[in-house]
Amino acid sequence: MSDVVEKTLTALPSLLSLDSQPGSAKLSSTSKLGNLIRGITELTSKHEEEKLIQRELTSIKDQVSSPNTSMRQMKELMVRAIYCEMLGYEASFSYIHAIKLAQQGSVLDKRVGYLAVSLFLNESHELLLLLVNTVLKDLQSTNLIEVCMALTVVSQMFPKDMIPAILPLVEDKLNHPKEIIRRKAVLALYKFYLIAPNQVQHIHNKFRKALCDKDPGVMTASLHIYLQLIKENSEGYKDLTASFVTILKQVVGGKLPMDFNYHSVPAPWLQIQLLRILSLLGKNDQSTSEIMYEVLDESLRRAEMNHNITYAILYECVKCIYTIQPKSELLEKAAKCIGNFVLSPKINLKYLGLKALTYVVQQDPKLALQHQMTIIECLDHPDLIIKRETLELLFRITNGQNVTVIVEKMLDFLRISKDDYTTIDLVGKVAELAEKYAPDNEWFIETMNTVFSLGGDMMQPDIPNSFLKLLSEGFDSDEEDRKLRLFAVDSYVSLLQSEPNKLPQRFLQVISWVLGEYSHLSAELEPATVMTLLSKLLDLKHTSSETKSWVLMAMTKLCEGGVAISVAQDIYETHSSSMDTVLRQRAQELQHLSQDSELRGRVLPRDAGLMPLEVDSSLSFLDGFVSEALAAGAAPYKPPHQRQEELAQAKALSLEPYSLSLPISMSSCSIADRQSPTLMSMSSGLSGDSTDLSHKGGSTTLKLDGVKRVWGREGYLAQREPVEETAQVEVPSPLRSPSQQAEADSTQSQTPTPTVTPELEQDKQQLASSLFVGLGSQSSVCLMGKSDPTPQRFRRKAQGRASSSGASEKTPTSLGSTPSPVDNLLCNSLLDSNLVSEPTNQTPQASQSLDTTNGNCHEELTDVKENNPSLIHNNEEPDKPKDLCLSSHLPTELSGLSHSEITPLCSNQSVNLSACHVQKEDSLQLVIFIFNSSDSALQQMQLQVDSGELKLSLITDSPVEEVRSHSVAVCHYSVTVKRPSVHVEVLGMLSYQLPGGTPQTIQFSHKLPLTTFIRPLTLSTEEYGSMWLAFSQDTKQNLTLINDDQDPLTTTLNVLKKKLQLHVVEIIGVEGIVACQLVQDQPCLMHCRVHAGTLAVWLRSPVPDLPDCLLYHCQRALQEH
Amino acid sequence: MIKAILIFNNHGKPRLSKFYEHYTEDTEQQIIRETFHLVSKRDENVCNFLEGGMLIGGSDYKLIYRHYATLYFVFCVDSSESELGILDLIQVKVFVETLDKCFENVCELDLIFHVDKVHNILAEMVMGGMVLETNMNEIITQVDAQNKMEKSEAGIAGAPARAVSAVKNMNLPEMPRNINIGDISIKVPNLPSFK
Repeated sequence: MSDVVEKTLTALPSLLSLDSQPGSAKLSSTSKLGNLIRGITELTSKHEEEKLIQRELTSIKDQVSSPNTSMRQMKELMVRAIYCEMLGYEASFSYIHAIKLAQQGSVLDKRVGYLAVSLFLNESHELLLLLVNTVLKDLQSTNLIEVCMALTVVSQMFPKDMIPAILPLVEDKLNHPKEIIRRKAVLALYKFYLIAPNQVQHIHNKFRKALCDKDPGVMTASLHIYLQLIKENSEGYKDLTASFVTILKQVVGGKLPMDFNYHSVPAPWLQIQLLRILSLLGKNDQSTSEIMYEVLDESLRRAEMNHNITYAILYECVKCIYTIQPKSELLEKAAKCIGNFVLSPKINLKYLGLKALTYVVQQDPKLALQHQMTIIECLDHPDLIIKRETLELLFRITNGQNVTVIVEKMLDFLRISKDDYTTIDLVGKVAELAEKYAPDNEWFIETMNTVFSLGGDMMQPDIPNSFLKLLSEGFDSDEEDRKLRLFAVDSYVSLLQSEPNKLPQRFLQVISWVLGEYSHLSAELEPATVMTLLSKLLDLKHTSSETKSWVLMAMTKLCEGGVAISVAQDIYETHSSSMDTVLRQRAQELQHLSQDSELRGRVLPRDAGLMPLEVDSSLSFLDGFVSEALAAGAAPYKPPHQRQEELAQAKALSLEPYSLSLPISMSSCSIADRQSPTLMSMSSGLSGDSTDLSHKGGSTTLKLDGVKRVWGREGYLAQREPVEETAQVEVPSPLRSPSQQAEADSTQSQTPTPTVTPELEQDKQQLASSLFVGLGSQSSVCLMGKSDPTPQRFRRKAQGRASSSGASEKTPTSLGSTPSPVDNLLCNSLLDSNLVSEPTNQTPQASQSLDTTNGNCHEELTDVKENNPSLIHNNEEPDKPKDLCLSSHLPTELSGLSHSEITPLCSNQSVNLSACHVQKEDSLQLVIFIFNSSDSALQQMQLQVDSGELKLSLITDSPVEEVRSHSVAVCHYSVTVKRPSVHVEVLGMLSYQLPGGTPQTIQFSHKLPLTTFIRPLTLSTEEYGSMWLAFSQDTKQNLTLINDDQDPLTTTLNVLKKKLQLHVVEIIGVEGIVACQLVQDQPCLMHCRVHAGTLAVWLRSPVPDLPDCLLYHCQRALQEH
Repeated sequence: MIKAILIFNNHGKPRLSKFYEHYTEDTEQQIIRETFHLVSKRDENVCNFLEGGMLIGGSDYKLIYRHYATLYFVFCVDSSESELGILDLIQVKVFVETLDKCFENVCELDLIFHVDKVHNILAEMVMGGMVLETNMNEIITQVDAQNKMEKSEAGIAGAPARAVSAVKNMNLPEMPRNINIGDISIKVPNLPSFK
């Protein structure tokens, strides 16, 4: 306790120095906070704390609103309010006073005021507007501290709409003599960039100036901006690579002042930032990567292992080396580095080492092999985080041979993990692995059983969906399917017989579906037995009503034979009066269908899972019913939006005389009826096959199209063969006799064996060989162009990445140059495979590294070389004449119109995709050319295009499915804008199949500038006026004026008119009004006024984001001029 | 980017919370509770990184924490921050050491009584979720400049602030230790300094 007193005593002087006047007033005010804290610490229950704080808040409230409270007291009150807010009690009454304090107080009070504001409010809080003026004033202050405070609060939060008001002031601060101000200004601008990128569009060159600032601190701050910019668009900043490299070189070389050293490492955080930027720039870009090899080597060398922070730099270095185009020497060094991390006794480094390994292992599985013993030790590590990271690593190296061991490890972990997040994540991974690599039926079903019971109701809903889909679709062989289903049925029956009450709801739903659908496969299983088992589920207390309806559905399928019908009767009696309408309906169905077996046979045919269900979406079969109802006097159906409109009209007083009531024509109402969504869903619900419903749900969320599963219809057997082959040739299978095992170990383990007791050691060795089996064969191939052991996973991941972030990844060039996976097929079946894709630009390097690998691949290598020339030939030959002949393939209706340049989208050695667009009045016509450059026809071709911002509709009558050799297919889309954005993008995927080959897909993205969608909107000034008032979304901004001798306004507007196809409605003096529309029918109005040498623009539109986007393009157009 | 900086004691009582993204009041409290729950059940000799947690940003988000005596310092960051870099930022040289310098042997009580000052130090180090300054001396200079202003204002009211800010490295006056604080009873068993 004396410690506490001592500490407090030493703490108090500085506390009291807040105010220098010693006196009773100040003492009492400090002790108020003291009292509060003291009070809180003495309390024992949450409830008491609540009471105390409420009392405190009331007293604060009284004092802040009293006119006699001085600024000084106010400051103290704010600190107390901050304290209460931190504990989670709302003190919203004090917000306005915090703003007042920031406005009126002296510098000190201001500081507390600003602090309180930044803690209390958020960007969208309405009170924040009151702060704008204060910030403006403080930015102009001569007091540095006030400027600093203003900049800090601005970077924490600032209302987006008010940015233009302070932007010029913040920009000015970039030239401030004090570096701290410049630095804060840069970060404030970064914040602006994040929340409103269009607003700071014009000051990008100022960012460059900040990058070249003489003060390294300012330069460091500007790197935040560049990291963000490059993340969004790495292509635009390639020219800066050399500068970044130079900076890094200087930093690493110790050219910075000593002040920047941290533990005698020069500016480590700066180095980390630079390495991240470089890795983004060098990704998929050989020439840029080459610039940075030297400095990366230098950083690796300089970063001696002596302190934590050097490890941080090393880690970034390694990641960078593995991200950019590979260079073998660097890779070697990086691999050694990773080794140091993984083997380190420091646990943080071990964690990072595992992370690095996980990152790297896709490109270089050999590395995991090197560290297998360490990885195995990490599997038993007491730290759960390390354990999980290890599992993540194992997940990446899973193949058909080690899947059982790895999945077993993951399930072990799941059993002890308590964390929801981990559970959901891991359950998904196990399900994915099981689907992809399952060695046999029993294992698959049992693993999925464990997944369902462990994952409980938290897991992603697509796991049960895809599982059921798999079961119902089956594979090539019917016999195999039958066995799988039968096994599932048997295992579920035994589960239900033991302890059904412990199973989670989702699992019960799966079980009941499978039993309903497939229990007839089992000869000795009576439907009545299953019915009884299922009916027990209905009686369980915790069964949810959703599960109950699944169970009832299953029963409906099963009720056959005397006993079953009587069970059904019982169930009906209990549930026909249920409060839940869905349950009641299901019970009714059960009752009816159990009575009428013929009807049941038609409604629920056996094995109907595979039949495509035809849905009459026009609901024409209801026409008769509808007309009858109408004839009987029912009101015609109106779609919801029409009803709303009418409702709105009904509210206003109608001044019109009553209109004539005309008899409603039959045709119009039947059309309306056909659009009825409610009828539609009802009818599909009535059809009773819940499987199809659930599958539809599953397939929309899952997007399995591009993902080839091993355990899929095509993939399962095809994939298995090569795996087995390699197993026989090179790698010991997991279950071998001990003698063979030892032999395998000697070839496989390269790390020195740690000294453990022989028995334990042997266990681990055994585990190692079973875990890392299958990697060895790939390790010899890995150097030639980043082989990817599991193509399907790679693809799935790429999709995720593409959708989530990097625009850089979507650009056609990067896709084109991505080394295509050269899998281990290369060694075995090179000659017959037209699958092996070797991009031409990779060839020299690849064959070089192949030469150096001495392995069993050597003989085939010559084949690679011999084959390559022909590949190159194939690729380049059609390139030249292509452009010419492509335009001749334009659809006839577009051939007369001028089209944009035909830009290549992506290509591999069999297909070239390119696109162009034609601007039409009401839409944009997008044409995609598919050129088949291979010698055989492409079959089963399917082109899917999608975009978040655009609406695409196919114009060509029927989708092309086949393209003959060396000919062109054309897909023609009509495009309109759904949601405006500065750049709109079309993502697409082409899947096709070469004769005798496996299905392949190729992805591309195509950027369209928004300007191609802008059309002039011709209207009169009066129309303009009325529209202006009606539109709600608006933006204001100053643009640069183009100054020539005559009328700057007219000149500027004419430039905009020419470049963006705007319609200039009228120009009166210094004001002008302009209108345009985005296809289709999304108007935007623009009001321009010349003011103080700039063009003040005010845009209005009913469409959100449109003014912002248009403004961006106006800026660009004027800049380019 | 840094999403949040949290300091709480061994009992989960928040001592400082600063969010660089907007969450509702309830979510913030939930985040603090969840973070404390995650961090507190970890042993001393395990790694300082934590992944997973549902509240801030899902899988992209990481907790990097340090445990000093009675306090946990937790930074919630996304994937664009370097793990070890942040760890060092919390560690000896930067944040904690700066606090230590400013408060002369910082302890939990300092953080409680000087919430505003700690926030000001933090603001010099991290601005809007971005690391602004990693040099301890630089931070202290900035904070000192502001403190000086504090003193001068108290002394010569209304003195031109910029003149005052030029003054450097002045020491805080020692205050008489005659205040009775005998009845403060903090439940934390001992409060050694962080170093």
